[in-house]
Amino acid sequence: MADLADLTIAAAGVGLRAGEFTAVELLEAVTRRASVTEAHLHAFLTLDQDGALASAEAADAALARGEDLGPLQGIPLAVKDNMCTQGIETTCGSQILAGYRPPYDATAVRRLREAGAVIVGKTNLDEYAMGSSTENSAFGPTRNPWDTDRVPGGSSGGSAAAVAVGSALGALGSDTGGSIRQPAALCGIVGMKPTYGLVSRYGLVAFASSLDQIGPFGRTVGDTAVLLDGILGFDPHDATSYRGEMPTVAGSIGVGVAGLRIGVVAELLDKGIAPEVAAATRGMLDQLAAAGAKIVDVSLPAADYGLSAYYLIAPAECSANLARFDGVRYGLRVDGGTTEEMMANSRAAGFGPEVTRRILLGTYALSAGYHDAFYGQAQRVRTLIRRDFGAAYEQVDVLISPTTPTTAFGLGEKTDDPLTMYLSDVCTILSNLSGDPGISLPIGLDSTGLPIGFQVMAPALGEEMLIRVAAEVERLAGFRERPALATSEVAST
Amino acid sequence: MTSGYEAVIGIETHVELQTNSKMFCGCAVDFGAPPNTVCCPVCLGLPGSLPVPNQEAIESILRIGAALQCRLVDYSEFHRKNYFYPDLPKNYQITQFDLPFCVDGTIEVDVAGETTSIGITRVHMEEDTGKSLHIGEGGGRIHDAKHSLIDFNRAGVPLVEIVTEPDFRSAEQARAYGAELQRIVRMLGVSDARLEEGSMRFDANISVRPVGREAFGTRSEVKNVNSLRSLQRAIAFEVERQIGVLEGGGTVVQETRHWNEATGTTAGMRSKEESEDYRYFQDPDLVPLVVDAEWQGRVRASLPELPAARRRRYLGLGVDAISAGQLVDDEALGAIFEDAVAAGGDARTAANWLTGEVVAYTRRTGIDPADTSLEADHLVALEEMVDAGKLSATAAKDVLAGVLEGEGDPATVAAARDLIQISDTRVIDAEVEAVLGENADAVEKIRAGDGKPIGFLVGQVMRATGGKADPRMVSDLIREKAQAES
Repeated sequence: MADLADLTIAAAGVGLRAGEFTAVELLEAVTRRASVTEAHLHAFLTLDQDGALASAEAADAALARGEDLGPLQGIPLAVKDNMCTQGIETTCGSQILAGYRPPYDATAVRRLREAGAVIVGKTNLDEYAMGSSTENSAFGPTRNPWDTDRVPGGSSGGSAAAVAVGSALGALGSDTGGSIRQPAALCGIVGMKPTYGLVSRYGLVAFASSLDQIGPFGRTVGDTAVLLDGILGFDPHDATSYRGEMPTVAGSIGVGVAGLRIGVVAELLDKGIAPEVAAATRGMLDQLAAAGAKIVDVSLPAADYGLSAYYLIAPAECSANLARFDGVRYGLRVDGGTTEEMMANSRAAGFGPEVTRRILLGTYALSAGYHDAFYGQAQRVRTLIRRDFGAAYEQVDVLISPTTPTTAFGLGEKTDDPLTMYLSDVCTILSNLSGDPGISLPIGLDSTGLPIGFQVMAPALGEEMLIRVAAEVERLAGFRERPALATSEVAST
Repeated sequence: MTSGYEAVIGIETHVELQTNSKMFCGCAVDFGAPPNTVCCPVCLGLPGSLPVPNQEAIESILRIGAALQCRLVDYSEFHRKNYFYPDLPKNYQITQFDLPFCVDGTIEVDVAGETTSIGITRVHMEEDTGKSLHIGEGGGRIHDAKHSLIDFNRAGVPLVEIVTEPDFRSAEQARAYGAELQRIVRMLGVSDARLEEGSMRFDANISVRPVGREAFGTRSEVKNVNSLRSLQRAIAFEVERQIGVLEGGGTVVQETRHWNEATGTTAGMRSKEESEDYRYFQDPDLVPLVVDAEWQGRVRASLPELPAARRRRYLGLGVDAISAGQLVDDEALGAIFEDAVAAGGDARTAANWLTGEVVAYTRRTGIDPADTSLEADHLVALEEMVDAGKLSATAAKDVLAGVLEGEGDPATVAAARDLIQISDTRVIDAEVEAVLGENADAVEKIRAGDGKPIGFLVGQVMRATGGKADPRMVSDLIREKAQAES
């Protein structure tokens, strides 16, 4: 039998119910995989072996009793370390929260547990989800499973790498400016940012509250949809949680794209996109057209200002969100002569350079005299972007673009130049500013053997359409490649 | 106030709402609980927690706004006010900035019969902070403290801030405002508004200017005022202090000053040389609140009769202004009064007894009017006995005292205390005959047209009857019989 760690969630669910293997055996397979790959990747910050084993045993017992909790029961999953897990260290990749154990589970985590999932551990991330390479983790970077000299993307790089190699069959990430879709693209897996408000943010340690959204990683569009279905839903603990009817994605796979209008965002396919990435994107468009879709050129004029607006709004919100980490009640405390000094010392010692940079940026953007010129102006751009998207979706059903301008870049390549690093999110941040859903999936490898991501975007609550198109892209691309680290020869060494 | 100057005062009031739960989480509002026992991830500002607004608190603030004749804003937002302080769990306070729930109201305050209309700038919603306890040399201040303890039970309690226009011109007006506001929130049932316990707190912005000048002077903000009396004293002190500074050729510094109850003075806390930048921005964790016309109408319709309206109604019933004020101030007295009038009692008589004998009794004994044995029916019964001539006005007060002491209803007390007036003509007739018989000289004088001895004779009859004869009847009889005896 093939290694259980290489199963999709869907296949594992079938196998579990057919009695081919147990949830404990499935857990053992991914744990074995992680024990080999972690030395190369550092995808996890915490592995909860005891908790995972207990969950797997509980899932086996429940299934034996005929208690079927659905497709996530007994499935080993990973959770980004900025989501609270009761009693299990939650660090946000920051020294200031090293050793912090939350007294409660994030709503998304609770939903996974209630669905019988097995949470294997907490994955590495850029500190407080601020970054695009996972190099900003205070506990060391995660490496790309396709080439360990390269970054896995970020900020949810740990989750993406873990799923890519089979250390978990799926994972949760958070996406504030592309932090799920960009690492999914760089690691050759599927990652999705749902509509803002679809998944509760309760228990997600906030970076930029109006942009943050929890979402799933999977190796297939189907697995990603199943995970989304497991975590979405109204939550009375989140005032921004969506109260209306939730999108249903189950029936949208295999429907095809015949008759759909697919918009190509001109602003995201011209400037700054690596030729191989642009060519692969165009190639997929041709395939979609051949499959019956109508390809339409669409312009989002305000898109050019998206990155600037994002880098004012996100830091502004983070400057307030991260104010609570002051050494008074939890986390790192570095003493000082006065309370104020203690707070300042704790923050100076606890936050890394990128987090510090964004807090300062945001504090400045909100300051008296600058507030309107920076934060106010950025909010107006955001309104324009929403308007552009609204106009575009009157003409088309979905929009597409590359997920990232390039494939995975080298470790250390952009760490000295934050602006270049920020540019790697240029295609993904628009969906966060508009609040709309987006998904990235692999459509091929470039000439150096690195995966190329393809992004599909849909209007708010358009998850059904998003999954429908993504599933067709997946079928057309026929992407089956796995990183060398996941192949059995390497995995068993 | 030293002549030649005018005080300009505005007041900010914080009122803690008595809701079932805190503003943004499900924790109980419980001031008596042991430290840090009513808190949760949300009000402790733990990582990942999110605020969800309390509907009951919003309903309460709308009621306050409506009672202050504010415009209820149909679209409002919560903002974050950013500053670092150990008892502020998130290091920002969720409050309101440019879109508060209620704006542009008015309230009337009475000082010695003179009514002044005070503008209400805004009424907004925010969350309270925790409480710091500083241990060590600093006398309870954070500086010089050896260590500090924080109790987060209060963190997140819903707090309503009511801001007036700078419309007060005297400390007395400010005090009257404080008292009226306290009555209103209590009457609305949204807060116990106890100054001494901090559930109602005043900050006064005070400046002075030469009479006739339009521009405001530099203001100071006085904090730590925890009674209506100290509000008045603190303002009066501060006004005189500022005038003194100006008269001495100095300039008033814009600063926050701390009222010291013991010394009766204010002292500078920290100079506001650089005004703090709170970097307000709309809280992205909360969505804008829409209060539509239907909701606004429901709130306005739900308001009880407010103090000003009730005072006007009592005046209309013939009650004097001071008594009307007392009856509105004291909920228990007011309730007895309302019931007595409803049962057919005379408003003026009931008001006089309540604000006279009853208040005197409760002050002397410290017993709340609600806890005495007095019932509205007793007042009505008492009034009927006086009207029927069974009790003199003096005896009625004695009976009331007995009722308050719990001796029974007025009839029982009057009988037990032997206070029933003799109005039986035959009894009085016999006594008068006897007295006239013993005082032939006096009768002569009366017959000769000298009225003076009548009073003496009445006194004799009253003595003979143990004071229980109706003096009016006695007087009439003496006059009649003296004339008739010719």
